[in-house]
Amino acid sequence: MSTFLSSNAELIISLVKIALLLFIVLTVNAYLTWFERKVVAHMQSRWGPHRVGPHGLLQPLADGVKFLFKEDSTPAGADKFVYYLAPLLALALALTSIAIIPFGPDPIHLFGHDIYLGIAPPDLNIGILALFAITALGVYGIALAGWSSNSKYPLLGGLRSSAQMISYELSLTMSVVGVLLIAGSFNLKDIIANQTSTKWGIFGWNIFPQLLGFICFFIAAIAETNRVPFDLPEAESELVAGFHTEYASFKFAMFFIAEYTSMITVSCLCTIMFFGGWLSPFPASWTFTHYLPSAILLPFGLWVIWDGIRYETIFGRIILPAVGTAITALGAVFILFPDVNTFIQGPFWLLSKIFIFLFIYVWMRGTLPRFRYDQLMAFGWKLLLPASIVNVIITSFVILAKMQWGPK
Amino acid sequence: MTAPLVVFFVLAALAILGALSLIWQKHPIHSALSLIVVMVALAGLYLLMGAEFVAAVQIIVYSGAIMVLFVLVIMLLNAGIEEHTSISKLAGVPGLLLVIALAGFIAATIARSSETVQAAMQTGAISSTKGISNMVFRDFVYPFELTSFLILVAIMGALVLAQREKS
Repeated sequence: MSTFLSSNAELIISLVKIALLLFIVLTVNAYLTWFERKVVAHMQSRWGPHRVGPHGLLQPLADGVKFLFKEDSTPAGADKFVYYLAPLLALALALTSIAIIPFGPDPIHLFGHDIYLGIAPPDLNIGILALFAITALGVYGIALAGWSSNSKYPLLGGLRSSAQMISYELSLTMSVVGVLLIAGSFNLKDIIANQTSTKWGIFGWNIFPQLLGFICFFIAAIAETNRVPFDLPEAESELVAGFHTEYASFKFAMFFIAEYTSMITVSCLCTIMFFGGWLSPFPASWTFTHYLPSAILLPFGLWVIWDGIRYETIFGRIILPAVGTAITALGAVFILFPDVNTFIQGPFWLLSKIFIFLFIYVWMRGTLPRFRYDQLMAFGWKLLLPASIVNVIITSFVILAKMQWGPK
Repeated sequence: MTAPLVVFFVLAALAILGALSLIWQKHPIHSALSLIVVMVALAGLYLLMGAEFVAAVQIIVYSGAIMVLFVLVIMLLNAGIEEHTSISKLAGVPGLLLVIALAGFIAATIARSSETVQAAMQTGAISSTKGISNMVFRDFVYPFELTSFLILVAIMGALVLAQREKS
């Protein structure tokens, strides 16, 4: 057994990492729906989910159970094979794209192996291209779902979404070319490493030279994930629910999970390409910023405990203080063990930035109305694509000028 | 059998099965899906040879952009199951001859260039983006520009066809 373990260590580590990441991503997905409903509700002066569990925290679980037990009907005349393939494809591709994201700079040393945070090997030279390749395939899930349902509204939704994704994929790819030119690499780790700065960390980030590129990228990325204000494929006022109208039960849940997973991927990409990934925005000499994770976790944990003790239901009075204690303990661990604290700095910044982008996603859903379809197409082709091409041209000219006349 | 060899045979079988299914499928969408399988399997084969960039571009351009357009057009036209006519005996014989000729031609090319491919794999000329860029934009820049001219002509043709209805 031990020889088997040692000879196949790489394989076993990869499998464990895949299982762990899958668990984490699906849990985050579930609570992202809770977070979205809560935030949008508060923006609209409502309470949002608050019946199932304290603060509605068990709502995702209830939703999941509901998805599993709903009747799973297949429309008559549907193309069975493609109808079943479409949600699988959507979910599998969305989850695969997460595997390419690196989540931290340093490996953990465990059982004599360097274990990197993230499934793809850290020297994956086509990192960003691999991500785009998977995104490019992601259209099929939606397009085929719309077609195979043998129903009018899904077909229209699928057509809209294919047209939209083809149009915005161009801008999406063009807008990162500026970043790639600056970094000189497709490797996501190299792109982050290229954003280190000697003084204030924040001024090394790509967002400052690439503001135009970032704006194009973020808009195109929202369109790629079919979120508000670009959610025309599922515009409920026109198309019932668009491409997933005929999907019920867990097949619908698969589309749902795929959408939220691609939200996470896009947030990761924004962070890595334009906001320095796991780099801290502060100067490296400010070592006291290393206590920032604890400074956030400790008060938050204590607040959860305080809130939990006063909660109305007995269940809440038990579960909330327990969660609060766990959060407080985590904060305390980061203070007490300096090694752990230095290790989590990278992941902490990465996850915080990802969280901010996820919040922006939700914020936009609560704020913006939907585009009209011709506006969407005109915007993508006549404004976004030229803008991203201009960005590429300007960036390459600046880089060329620096090479010619800049300091050696 | 080493692991890369196993992966090679799996991908090769997938590509051939996809190609056969492309012909045998009756519905255009199923044919298009089979073609996507072929493209992805080919990308896997490129990846196996260490040509990462080519593999990624294969998926982005062929499986992504071009096949999405195919699927979009099939969906737009709402093309149904195709009708099979009895194949003309006359067309069968030259067709078979052409297939044999093409297969022989491809086999000869592979046999002749296998050494150069091996050498290219060893030097890593096909794996790095830099090597490919040097080839496309320096060594073969004129053929490359000619190709882009060809594409421009095709775009202009499409524009003319699309504009005709208005007048």
